Amino acid sequence: MKNIQVETTINGDATEFLCAPDESLLDVLRDRLGLTGAKEGCGTGDCGACSVTLNGEVVCSCLVLGVETQGAEIGTIEGMANGETLHPLQRVFIEEAALQCGICTPGILVAAKSLLEKNPDPTDTEIRYWLAGNLCRCTGYDKIIKAVQVAAAEMRGA
Amino acid sequence: MKYVKPDSFDAAAQLLRDEQGIARILSGGTDVLVMLKAEMVEPDLMVDLKHLPGMQDIVAENGGFRIGAAVPTARMGEHAALVAMWPGVVEGAELIGSTQVQNRATMAGNLCTGSPAADSVPAMVTAGAVARLHGPDGVRDVPVGDIPTGPGKNILAKGEFITSIYLPARPERAGDAYLRFIPRTEMDIAVSSAAVSLVLDDAGVVTDANVAIGAVAPTVRLVADAGAAIIGSKLDDDAVAKMVAAVEAACSPINDKRGTIAFRTTTAGVLAKRAAHIAYIRAGGQS
Amino acid sequence: MGLDNSAKRDFKIVGTRVGRPDGIDKVTGKATYGADISAPGMLFGRILRSPHAHARIVSIDTSEAEKAEGVKAVVTGADLAMPEDEYFADVSVNCLARDKALYDGHAVAAVAATSKAAAKAAIRLIRVEYEVLPHVTDVDEAMKPDAPIVQEGRALENVPAGMSQNVTSHFEFGHGDLDAGFAKADKIVERSFKTAATHQGYIEPQACLATLGGDGRGEVWCCTQGQYMVRTKCAHVLGIEASQLKVTSSEIGGGFGGKTSTFIEPVALALSRKSGKPVKIVMTRDEVLRATGPTISTSMDVKIGMTNDGRITAGKAVLRYQGGAYPNGTVEFGAQAAFAAYDLDAVQTLGWNVMTNRPKEIPYRAPGAPTAIYAVESVVDELCQELSLDPLDVRLMNAARKGTLSAYGPTFNEIGLVATLEAAKDHPHYKAPLGENQGRGLSCGFWFNFGGNTCVSLNLNDDGTVGVVEGNPDIGGSRASISMMAAEELGVPYDKVRTVIADTSALGFNDITDGSRVTFAVGLATIEAARAAIKEMCRRAAKIWDVDEDAVRWEDGAVVPAGPNAGKHDPMTLAEIAAVAGSTGGPIAGHHEVNADGAGVSFGVHLVDTEVDPETGYTKILRYTVFQDAGKAVHPDYVEGQMQGGAVQGIGWALNEEYIYGEDGRLQNPGFLDYRVPVASDLPNIETVILEIPNPGHPYGVRGVGETPIVPPLAAISNAVSRAAGVRMAELPMSPPRLLKAMQG
Repeated sequence: MKNIQVETTINGDATEFLCAPDESLLDVLRDRLGLTGAKEGCGTGDCGACSVTLNGEVVCSCLVLGVETQGAEIGTIEGMANGETLHPLQRVFIEEAALQCGICTPGILVAAKSLLEKNPDPTDTEIRYWLAGNLCRCTGYDKIIKAVQVAAAEMRGA
Repeated sequence: MKYVKPDSFDAAAQLLRDEQGIARILSGGTDVLVMLKAEMVEPDLMVDLKHLPGMQDIVAENGGFRIGAAVPTARMGEHAALVAMWPGVVEGAELIGSTQVQNRATMAGNLCTGSPAADSVPAMVTAGAVARLHGPDGVRDVPVGDIPTGPGKNILAKGEFITSIYLPARPERAGDAYLRFIPRTEMDIAVSSAAVSLVLDDAGVVTDANVAIGAVAPTVRLVADAGAAIIGSKLDDDAVAKMVAAVEAACSPINDKRGTIAFRTTTAGVLAKRAAHIAYIRAGGQS
Repeated sequence: MGLDNSAKRDFKIVGTRVGRPDGIDKVTGKATYGADISAPGMLFGRILRSPHAHARIVSIDTSEAEKAEGVKAVVTGADLAMPEDEYFADVSVNCLARDKALYDGHAVAAVAATSKAAAKAAIRLIRVEYEVLPHVTDVDEAMKPDAPIVQEGRALENVPAGMSQNVTSHFEFGHGDLDAGFAKADKIVERSFKTAATHQGYIEPQACLATLGGDGRGEVWCCTQGQYMVRTKCAHVLGIEASQLKVTSSEIGGGFGGKTSTFIEPVALALSRKSGKPVKIVMTRDEVLRATGPTISTSMDVKIGMTNDGRITAGKAVLRYQGGAYPNGTVEFGAQAAFAAYDLDAVQTLGWNVMTNRPKEIPYRAPGAPTAIYAVESVVDELCQELSLDPLDVRLMNAARKGTLSAYGPTFNEIGLVATLEAAKDHPHYKAPLGENQGRGLSCGFWFNFGGNTCVSLNLNDDGTVGVVEGNPDIGGSRASISMMAAEELGVPYDKVRTVIADTSALGFNDITDGSRVTFAVGLATIEAARAAIKEMCRRAAKIWDVDEDAVRWEDGAVVPAGPNAGKHDPMTLAEIAAVAGSTGGPIAGHHEVNADGAGVSFGVHLVDTEVDPETGYTKILRYTVFQDAGKAVHPDYVEGQMQGGAVQGIGWALNEEYIYGEDGRLQNPGFLDYRVPVASDLPNIETVILEIPNPGHPYGVRGVGETPIVPPLAAISNAVSRAAGVRMAELPMSPPRLLKAMQG
């Protein structure tokens, strides 16, 4: 299977990579680019641990082919903080103990950030449905929902 | 596997027709990548059509909407006029998978995959949606309900693919709704489902009604008797009971890990009843 | 142990909600989990698995695979050692099958190749000839004398002759005269229950990177609940010495008991030994569900007698647990835990462990207890309903307390059950009104908790900071808790302490992270290590002041003169003493090694309101409150997190999670699509109430808290659903088709 050259922008940086035509974006990020923040929990779009943004929309990177991302803008957890300054969601997740093992955390942060960009003042129910595709087995979701609310309020300047 | 982005629909049709091995079309990819992962299919050719003209567009046409075959379902939900016209179609489409999946998955893909449980299909059927197919022999329009022929099967000829789905203009005083049963609140495949689209007269009497059910037969099924049962009524209990009976009679489901024959049959009737009431209210009826 | 159990001490750090040391790494994607590292020249391993539930392996031909592009090694069971010890032999055979494939998904062979794609292609070239055998996956079927036999000759001597050889062990607990007890009852309820197997469902699949040379020296990086366990098992299965194998635990993406065994590490080591290269293996979700450890499935009978005013006169439980294709001991825990919440004159529990053609059962949070207690608490609730008694009052009337002879033998010391029940009774949740089709359920829960083998080293740095080295993977924030206890004991700020987890070569043996033991046992050892360091600091200060050692004492984070005879000296802080350690005798450290006892049992009570859709059998969880005795909550956020997470896993078990086997003995739902763990939108907030009844066995009163929360949800939800639906449910999960069928008679 002949590799294909792809040019993308990842977290704002122009990035070129070679990948096989049937290789997922998740495999490209993890195996070829060393961006292991996106996790593979299932590889079938059921767990959300591999969430990234593709042209501004949150997707499961396991359900995107690497070759499809020619010319696309990709955002991963590695691009969420600004240098040593954490995104409010990241900081609040630590403060509110919204993670235990942390394996689902990158995907949940990417998805939650996308929610707050579209809906800065969501209800608990809206957060729960938005994040329904992000499985967390440790927390029971309670502290995650609270952390998203706290971060949202802070980002609104409330 | 070869990955190709052809520069026209005609080129795509030719590529697909000429491929000797297994070819797949990449639209949202939310089914085909799962099959790749599970090694259920190993295509020799993957044709990406997302970039071709109109594939990503929702366009008003003759009072209805033409939805490009690569429009992610989440974009439909963000289109206020579309949601206002066909809320049931949009709610069906927006039930496919997670937020992440809805940013990729398409109605056209959902239709071509041929799952009896496809969430977007029943409401498209009750809306009278028509798919536009492009193939080596040109373009043709086919009612959505005629596309799937069985689990995983469809009528598309070799080299043929969907480029758009047309939702016709909605009559005055009309409404539609789609409901499915799943064991959780999200992330499951429908165990049974029902869509209802109906039209009322000034007095709130149903003058036209379509009822379609999913996951209870090899394909999504339009149940003519069920629609007929509520025409002429204001969704009174007797009419609804007749509709439910017609729905149950039309079910021929299987027992599997997701549900039993009895459960699927019973809940299809319950969902049709509930969807009819929602559609009735949306059409302006007073319950 | 000579512990200073001043339970009333005022804590400065313990009990606060500090940030976690691994927080930034985990919210920025930097934290490295099992699958996140690579090695130069690394190969990718992949495992071929049996498609049959039970089959004799006639032959395996690997010749084509060996010749395939990029393939550097192929291994089968013959490449692993066959330890004499049965326990380790089972590990070996489970990692790679020998003469028989014992379940769908059983590993049969493995390849290592230069790419994932090459490895995937190569395993298809391995030709395995199977002779398919009859199989059995249901526990009751497996106990029948004519059932297909999974493995011969594995039954213990206490299993009566005439039973199927699949029955491997039997346990019996209890005391008192059952017949007399039942004779005193005004009402007796006897019911049979079944529960499906569930999986821990950690989001991170097992992953490892291993290297092993022909000289028997190797290293493993893997996600595990116990690096020492991995070392021990790999050493036995590879036939190498423990000292030569260094195992490092990665960050771990969930375990819940499921990562207390090893599946892929020995295979990766064997592939590495054969290829001469590092080998990485990452399981797929399908492999995780088919071939790692789910929990037991069960069949149970419970009989309880009660007087009209709610006093339980006698209780009996018969538990039949299948634990997959190998002998296991889980029913022993179930039989011990079943009636632990009650103070009974007459009680008996009988347990049978059974083999089936399923993957080997691996512990899942309080293994064995949730199902047994589900059955008992369901019958107690039914009696309350039948006799029109308040279910909380009945539990209070019969509750085990200090001095109770427990159903499993020991007499309880200080326990928190009564306080926990009273907290539930006083909570607004218990008094809140219910609507149509709604029901409220409650259940008690219990777990033994464990201490175990533990080593801790604590080092003072010359800048006045502290390093703690411990040997248990942090699965839920334990590094924070350990640092807090070290800081508390040493009187230094929390952020002056850093706790790291040692690899197997850097610290003595530690038991796995299990039994809710880490905050208890590692915490205890850390406090003791800190006390050893304090003792040394006192010695050094005495040396500096040129006074006797007993003329100084430790007070508020500094050494001070013990009395006027010691002379006048300003207090010397940890930082001041550490800074000059080189001139007073060398670096200062404290360490402690212990097989910790006195873990202190933990009780919880869960309250849940459900609403049942009478037309579809759908159950909605409306409100959920967890009450639990934590002894002392070192980090309340993480205690609450355990309570919430355990409750939600229990909700999944009660409502939708189940292993579904087809007629062919193959698992039908090996993915998160149809193995349905709760998603965020399924749930309400999980309210928590922490009680603190100090554990006399820990210097700060800590009890393990991680496992108890999964015990009550099964019965609490079943009781709520039964009351809402008007029909008594006795099978889990209460999936909508099952519930609707029950409601419609």
